[in-house]
Amino acid sequence: MDVYARATVWTAASAGLLVAVALVSATIGHASISLPTVALAALDVFAVPSSVSVSLHDHAVPALGGVPWPAFDVGYTSPLDFDVPATHQYIVGQLRLPRIVLGATVGASLAISGAVMQGFFRNPMADPSIVGVSSGAAVGAVAAITAPAVVTIGIQPAAFLGALVAAFTVYLVATENGRTPVATLLLAGVAVQTLLGALTSFLIVNSGREIREAMYWLMGNLHGSRWHEAEAALPVVVLGSVVLLAYARDMNVLLAGEEDAHTLGVEVQRTKRLLLAVASVVTAAAVSFAGAIGFVGLIVPHGVRLVVGPDHRVLLPVSAFVGGAFLVTADTIARSGAGNLPVGIVTAFVGAPFFLYLLRDREVHAL
Amino acid sequence: MTLDVSGVDVELGATQILDDVSASVADGRLVGVVGPNGAGKSTLLRAMNGVVDPDAGTVLVDGEDVHDLSSKAASRRIATVPQDTHVSFDFTVRQTVEMGRHPHQPRFGTDGDPDAVDRAMERAEVARFAERDVTSLSGGETQRVLLARALAQDAPVLLLDEPTASLDVNHQIRTLELVRGLVDSDDRAVVAAIHDLDLAARYCDDLVLVADGEVLDSGPPADVLTPAAIRRAFDARVAVGTDPATGAPTVTPLPDADDELDARVHVLGGGDTATPVVRELVDAGADVSVGPVVAGDTDHETARRFDLDCVTVEPFTSPTQAAEADARALVEDADTVVAPADAADWGANPGLRAAAGRCVVVGGDGLATTDPGGGSPRVAAGDVPSAVAALADPDERLAVADGGND
Repeated sequence: MDVYARATVWTAASAGLLVAVALVSATIGHASISLPTVALAALDVFAVPSSVSVSLHDHAVPALGGVPWPAFDVGYTSPLDFDVPATHQYIVGQLRLPRIVLGATVGASLAISGAVMQGFFRNPMADPSIVGVSSGAAVGAVAAITAPAVVTIGIQPAAFLGALVAAFTVYLVATENGRTPVATLLLAGVAVQTLLGALTSFLIVNSGREIREAMYWLMGNLHGSRWHEAEAALPVVVLGSVVLLAYARDMNVLLAGEEDAHTLGVEVQRTKRLLLAVASVVTAAAVSFAGAIGFVGLIVPHGVRLVVGPDHRVLLPVSAFVGGAFLVTADTIARSGAGNLPVGIVTAFVGAPFFLYLLRDREVHAL
Repeated sequence: MTLDVSGVDVELGATQILDDVSASVADGRLVGVVGPNGAGKSTLLRAMNGVVDPDAGTVLVDGEDVHDLSSKAASRRIATVPQDTHVSFDFTVRQTVEMGRHPHQPRFGTDGDPDAVDRAMERAEVARFAERDVTSLSGGETQRVLLARALAQDAPVLLLDEPTASLDVNHQIRTLELVRGLVDSDDRAVVAAIHDLDLAARYCDDLVLVADGEVLDSGPPADVLTPAAIRRAFDARVAVGTDPATGAPTVTPLPDADDELDARVHVLGGGDTATPVVRELVDAGADVSVGPVVAGDTDHETARRFDLDCVTVEPFTSPTQAAEADARALVEDADTVVAPADAADWGANPGLRAAAGRCVVVGGDGLATTDPGGGSPRVAAGDVPSAVAALADPDERLAVADGGND
């Protein structure tokens, strides 16, 4: 079967899996709602953007005063209107679905950038945070939580900024004469992660009552998600994923090694820069909303690769949807368990044993 | 499409890998790069395909500098078969060969030549395991898959880094026959780094002999592969002959000579009589010349293999005056003349022996009656070098000469 046909079949199947998991997840909670009701409520929520207006607001910045800041106001029209009880409509449409959509978005972004990083580093043990994205986001988020007077831009922007600064620093440190050897990049990533980890610990040790919120962020959670968060994360992840998909074949060729890739027509350094940048932005978008959720970016691409093979044209889209389904499942367990667990704990509980299984498996020994 | 390398310097780290290297490959030519390990053969190929930027000099492919081309444009002109490749994920053979189409495929859309992959697999004889994982193949099979990948690339210039290194005898020949076919029927320009000198001499139109990052010599194999050049490049003593089965030059490595016998020795010969003596003397480090011998007989071939001065006469004729004069010049130039007993009376040999200042006769009890020169020390085969050394040493010579005259 042609690779594009395979990619289409697998992608459709995994997208179907994600939709099914999302609908089932939306039935679960304090109030148990039947699947047909959930489906109708979800369709009711479905809306198309019908108007966009841009207005400038003054944004307060210390020392500068008001800075004009563009605000996008998007109007939506819902074409569907089913007869669903208002409380159920509210629970599904405003409480559960935002969380599920954000969870799917975060899971997809972690999984697709994990797949990219594993191919990029030619190492199945690589994960999306390998170049310091998660630890950079952690410093930004914890700084915004523990010192809101200094870091005024809010937790998510601070985390996003911290993630990108960390990744860019790692890239600069590892680059010499326009070349970025992946081994150097890996080591620079480890060093910067350690440094940022120390910085995060320092901030936490010197914090007061905010310590609980900081720890909660660090463990990764989707608690209290609203539509505007999903709306902010989704476009970044979708756009980034499209760019990554466009380079899927280049990633295949890069697996043969950089010299071979060059002789096969891949602009190696430029492609590496682009993949690193886009994967980092996609990861940053995920972790800045959901915190450092571990293992999704590691185990999902791995599991998917075992089933569909290493071709990135199939691996990337399927990983994205399976990653979304995986994180929605994990989050459903997290929110229906005792005491509203952070989802990062659940993924680690599932992920670590699976990781150990892989370590004992021939797939990993063969490397 | 011509590949022209001129004046290329490459430094990696602080080490000069290539120093002012020039070479040229035209359409329909197979050029072999030969030289010892670490000579810079692979680096030369990497400079040719644009992976390594030279510090000086140019690599022109069809008149354009390969380092000014995008890697896509360069890879449409030059395909490379690497020596080894490390695929850490399990692609199938077909998927791997398809990577060769990468420079021809648009980012969005399909390949304009959908059969190219099948043709390449057919030609490299990997079609029958197209659906197997590359990581499950043997070294030789992997190498043929990489060759198929390069064929799928459909480039007029093909570079091969040690294409036969991990192949058995059968696959070595089949691979090189395939490469030869690409040169002859597809008119491609091919450069192959080959460490097997016999295979290189047999299949290549030209050889480039590289040592220590410099080109020592280039040209047709028979001109490049001389014992002296190989000694310079490899620091190895070899005999170079002609393989009777293929007609190509063949290189036989020899153990290091003792290098102790510092003497010019001329060996008279005929048939195969001079051969064991010549071998003995060359092994001992003497500077040996031979003749006159019949062109094409064993003594002649031996002299050629050791790259010795040799005077020949045509079969079934007496030595011409010119040949006799040449032989006489060599004899007079020599410190010592050695005559195998069986050859002592052949052709012009008695006259030449008479002209020699010092002469050693090897073997042959019956020689006494036919030895008009008399007085020559007679030694057994195996003692020739020591006899020559004794004659070369003035004191020793006196003793021997005394013994002979009294």
